[in-house]
Amino acid sequence: MDAMKTQILNLLGEDCRLSLEQIAVMLGTTLKNVAEAIEAMEKERVILGYHPVVDWDKTDRQRVEAMIEVKVTPQRDYGFDDTAKRIYGFEEVQSVFLMSGTYDLLVQVEAPTLKELALFVSSKLSILETVNATSTSFVLKRYKQDGVIFEGDTPDRRLVVSP
Amino acid sequence: MSRSFVSERIASVPPSAIRRFFDIAETMENVISLGIGEPDFVTPYHARNAMINSLLDGETQYTANPGILELRREIAAYLAHRFSLHYQAETEILVTVGASEAIDISFRAILEPGDEVIIPDPGYVSYSPSVIFSHGTPVMVPTYADSAFEPLAEDIERLITPRTKAILLCFPNNPTGAVLTPLNLKAIASLAIRHDLLVICDEIYNELTYDGFVQGSMAALPDMWERTVTINGFSKAFAMTGLRIGYVAAPAQLLQAISKIHQYTIMCAPRQSQVAAISVLQKGRDDGYQDILMMRESYDRRRRLMYDAFINMGLDCSEPKGAFYMFPSIRNTGLSSEAFCEQLLVDQALVCIPGTAFGRMGEGHIRCCYATGTEKLLQAFERMQTFLDKIRS
Repeated sequence: MDAMKTQILNLLGEDCRLSLEQIAVMLGTTLKNVAEAIEAMEKERVILGYHPVVDWDKTDRQRVEAMIEVKVTPQRDYGFDDTAKRIYGFEEVQSVFLMSGTYDLLVQVEAPTLKELALFVSSKLSILETVNATSTSFVLKRYKQDGVIFEGDTPDRRLVVSP
Repeated sequence: MSRSFVSERIASVPPSAIRRFFDIAETMENVISLGIGEPDFVTPYHARNAMINSLLDGETQYTANPGILELRREIAAYLAHRFSLHYQAETEILVTVGASEAIDISFRAILEPGDEVIIPDPGYVSYSPSVIFSHGTPVMVPTYADSAFEPLAEDIERLITPRTKAILLCFPNNPTGAVLTPLNLKAIASLAIRHDLLVICDEIYNELTYDGFVQGSMAALPDMWERTVTINGFSKAFAMTGLRIGYVAAPAQLLQAISKIHQYTIMCAPRQSQVAAISVLQKGRDDGYQDILMMRESYDRRRRLMYDAFINMGLDCSEPKGAFYMFPSIRNTGLSSEAFCEQLLVDQALVCIPGTAFGRMGEGHIRCCYATGTEKLLQAFERMQTFLDKIRS
């Protein structure tokens, strides 16, 4: 990947509301170059989406979140991919990662209530043939996500005027 | 009337013109400030962590007067590697309370009453007062927007008298963002040699240059090392302003004199700040100064953004190659720098610093710092545009 694409990703990573014009000015290139680079990265699925980082605790949305460690029997020819695919298809599932260590898949799940989340584990996840064991931990508080600190972020402590 | 106990010399120096804007801004809400002279990054986490560990380990004693030897060795290695400057850690480097102390004690060490120091105008607010506090006489050499605010050797030469002792240089420059091109640097060097002058170089912004420009160091030029005092610090390049940690490097005999003042008045720079400085230099040596590169890249993007915005607003502005300031002309508004900034603050809650705070030659200009979040910058540009539309209509 060329340096400009990396720079564009860095900028979008900080603030994906920047306009193409602003990005072009900041990187000292043309609007056309930026537009083409972003389009290419979207096509290549380097850029997969543009999402805000939300503190859902400050909204009215009812929401319970858990991290589930899943032990899986790998399958011939497919390894873990097929089971991962079966799992990420469920709408409750936000993310799935293949992990090294004591378990195989880390599944991030979200549901409106504790009961619904527990039901997801017992009636949808655990019953998959290749799933051997699960261990569910509920998220109590989010301190930092995607590089953004949720609480106690450092304010600008600089004097408003200094020489 | 009771007797005034204040020295006439001190009374003759006006308080910093920046203070007034601080006082107004303090009473307002929703203020956006482009009037800040420091990075918007926090000191790198590893450095803060090193300070915490140092405190927990009970390192709360004085350090050696010239600074922890390990730090002086790191500084020597850093100066050699980054700027081809060669100083002995043991005898030619002194760790100070910010570059500010270094400036003050350097002047005090060299000036006899009435000695003259040539200082580019506009320039950082403390140089002239520091010279006066040291019983010297500041002699301002004008710099012009037409020559990108670089002081020209011929302009300096015209001001040289038998009393001239030193030339003070700070490039990249606060407030203009100007740099000193190699040709000019050499011309000033040969001037210093010809007239047997000392050059005091405040290189505090020398890591912050853009578009591939590298600011050459005076002491690295032939025959200049012995007549140069190099001042630098960690405030700007490593975002450590509040830690007050800088240094001065000079030939041993000169450094000994400078150190004498430090020894009697300061004792030593704060230990934990020295620890943080060691941390950033060691990490920099290991990872190619990623802390600096990351910050510089971020400033550069915002520099382009601000330059583009000012040009679109019809403000005359040369594209600065260093520091994190822009110094656009506001002459076409018909307002003085002071009036422009005051009205802008009152009308739009936007702080800029009048160019005149940095010297007579700053009239017609304002200093805008782009070391502020992109979102805030974009809002600031909107406010500036609204203000310009208003006063132009």
